[in-house]
Amino acid sequence: MTVTAEPTTTSTPEGTPSVPVTKSSDILEARQNDPTSTAPFQLVEENGNPTRAGDDLGIDLELAQQLHTDMVLARRLDHEALALQRQGELHLWVMSWGQEAAQVGSIRAFRDTDRVFPSYREHAVAMCRKIAPADILRQWRGAAHSGWDPKESNVHINSLVLGTQTLHATGYAAGVRLEGSDEVVVTYFGDGAASQGDVNEAFNWAAAGSLPIVFFCQNNQWAISTPTTTQMRTPLHVRAAGFGVAGYHVDGNDALAVHAVTQHATARVRSGEGPALIEAETYRLAGHSSSDDPKRYRTDEELSAWQAKDPITRLERLLRNAGVGERHFSDLEGRADTFAAEVREQCKSIHGDDLATVFEHTYAEPHPVMRSESSQYLARHDRTAG
Amino acid sequence: MGTKYALGAAINAGLRAAMTRDEKVIVMGEDIATLGGVFRVTDGLADDFGTDRVIDTPLAESGIVGTAIGLALRGYRPVCEIQFDGFVYPAFDQIVSQLAKMRARSQGRLSLPIVIRIPVGGGIGAVEHHSESNEAYFAHTAGLRVVSCSNPDDAFHMIQQAIQSDDPVVFYEPKRRYWDKAEVSDEPSRSLHEAAVLREGTDCTLVAHGPTVTTALDAAAAAHEDGFSVGVVDLRTISPLDAPTLRKVAAQSHRVVVVHEASTFLGIGAEIAATVTEECFYELEAPVLRVGAYNLPYPPAHMEDRFLPNVDRIIEAVDASLNY
Ligand SMILES: Cc1ncc(C[n+]2csc(CCOP(=O)(O)OP(=O)(O)O)c2C)c(N)n1
Ligand SMILES: [Mg+2]
Repeated sequence: MTVTAEPTTTSTPEGTPSVPVTKSSDILEARQNDPTSTAPFQLVEENGNPTRAGDDLGIDLELAQQLHTDMVLARRLDHEALALQRQGELHLWVMSWGQEAAQVGSIRAFRDTDRVFPSYREHAVAMCRKIAPADILRQWRGAAHSGWDPKESNVHINSLVLGTQTLHATGYAAGVRLEGSDEVVVTYFGDGAASQGDVNEAFNWAAAGSLPIVFFCQNNQWAISTPTTTQMRTPLHVRAAGFGVAGYHVDGNDALAVHAVTQHATARVRSGEGPALIEAETYRLAGHSSSDDPKRYRTDEELSAWQAKDPITRLERLLRNAGVGERHFSDLEGRADTFAAEVREQCKSIHGDDLATVFEHTYAEPHPVMRSESSQYLARHDRTAG
Repeated sequence: MGTKYALGAAINAGLRAAMTRDEKVIVMGEDIATLGGVFRVTDGLADDFGTDRVIDTPLAESGIVGTAIGLALRGYRPVCEIQFDGFVYPAFDQIVSQLAKMRARSQGRLSLPIVIRIPVGGGIGAVEHHSESNEAYFAHTAGLRVVSCSNPDDAFHMIQQAIQSDDPVVFYEPKRRYWDKAEVSDEPSRSLHEAAVLREGTDCTLVAHGPTVTTALDAAAAAHEDGFSVGVVDLRTISPLDAPTLRKVAAQSHRVVVVHEASTFLGIGAEIAATVTEECFYELEAPVLRVGAYNLPYPPAHMEDRFLPNVDRIIEAVDASLNY
């Protein structure tokens, strides 16, 4: 693929702040709001060889090993969780299978102090933020509506009503801006969610206020059975330009490219240049959820074409080509096995609270209806141990 | 027909009949064409009627209802599917301020014959936003009709009657009863806005709708074992309410207990209690009682059995009514 070092300006709306371009970021800067970009930005080809941009920017092998490790563990979580769902231990599971590079590549480019607003499929992100398996699984076991404390992990609870979190993230970013903090906010959403009014309001709002937020879209080509072509005519990274948001288009199955683009965009956002949108082109290798049957709406050919672009295989090839020893892989396998056992054990240890707690958590201040109804409830049932 | 249909399949058959009868009927929503909907209610419609009339929309509920309004203004009769009850709220403005009010705002010049189908209620162990009972929001809005089917026969006929209505209709489908099977008759036994007395009672009458009708019937059967004559009314129509039928059963049994899955505070039960009290005050032996979910956000799945009204809680209310 060819990468021009010339920033494309045709679609850049008037008023988009010009960025002081440093030599090393020329290539990435050029990828902003490029309506001609049909091929997303790559650093590593599917066969594991660096692209020209990869050669130019250089491959960080240490980072590559870290991302590879993150991805292998995330996929293991998916395998275990799906098995647990099939055994009746979880009500539902939404797989992030195939999207690991988009998730770990992006989250590793943020600081731990940057607040994350996920959608619901970002288990790999959650793992990178050290959220325990039990906390990730809790919601899908039907034990609680959320699994972790956002104040500890700096990851907001999942949002299942599509796209709503993008406005929350925008407001949070407005707060960051008001306080003059150098934090950045990132929100994850899907190609389908991008059709929601909320999401487009968020783009506009963030651009109008020049807010420190990164909109990260995992375009996994499908929204349940609905293909991206039904959602939109203009690619999202191009749409961004119309809002005055810096748009980037990256190969979402190339963890290093995702990391590089996110790092670049984030630095720009952190320096006060206004919001950015990253469209990571990826694929949902599994069904929408454990209750979905993707055979009803997509072809085996499409699936196998994307299986060939598996993000984990790609990085493994790169690492092996670069001479990373067998040790990394065998150690990782052992770690993944230990982790898998932990996932199974933690899942079974999740016990939900009693309904009585919901009476306590619905309002911050005492409420007469909560008081009277919880006593009615407790007259009917013994409170179960949480 | 005489054949047995699952409730979901009966709606499918009803949609099919309506689409065959009137080519202006179109069906639109998320994942309804290729997939046939997440509950398969629209299964096969795209094959039979084409994707011009069975439309997979972009993922935007406000868009679904808003564009349905435009299509209706152009002479179509759109049937919108909202994938789950908890996802109707992005369309709230389009339903409450636009759909409901267009006719009055245009001095009766513009009608919007739109049906909004919503799978409703809990009991399927779902994650959050997939188990809500939100009929009261829409029933509170003048300009909308709100109906709730509880069995395959009604589902088949009511969906067609709703589509034939020149007013907008919010059509609730009890998702945990989608697979319940029963016989479907050729002709509807009543009009859309009539309640059905499913069981006569002289001691007390249970008034339920949608998913709780079966629960109410079970409770009435249990009460019968204990020697009480408890009737059951399937409301079917929430707005307008069938006040004559409510009056009739109140006069007959002197005690009324309303059962629904929605929270009781400002729920439909409150309106029924007020209506019955205002119109049948001297017939009543006890205040109208309500059995509903607690006034909480719908809880996580593992708590839902304790959250939803069940036979025990209905019997508890019947006892309270009888002992009043
Ligand atoms: C407002 C709203 N409407 C509908 C749904 C039901 N739903 C859940 S996920 C989904 C598809 C989402 O697709 P996308 O945004 O591309 O994310 P992905 O699942 O592919 O990660 C739909 C329609 C929902 N959760 N919220
Ligand atoms: Mg998607």
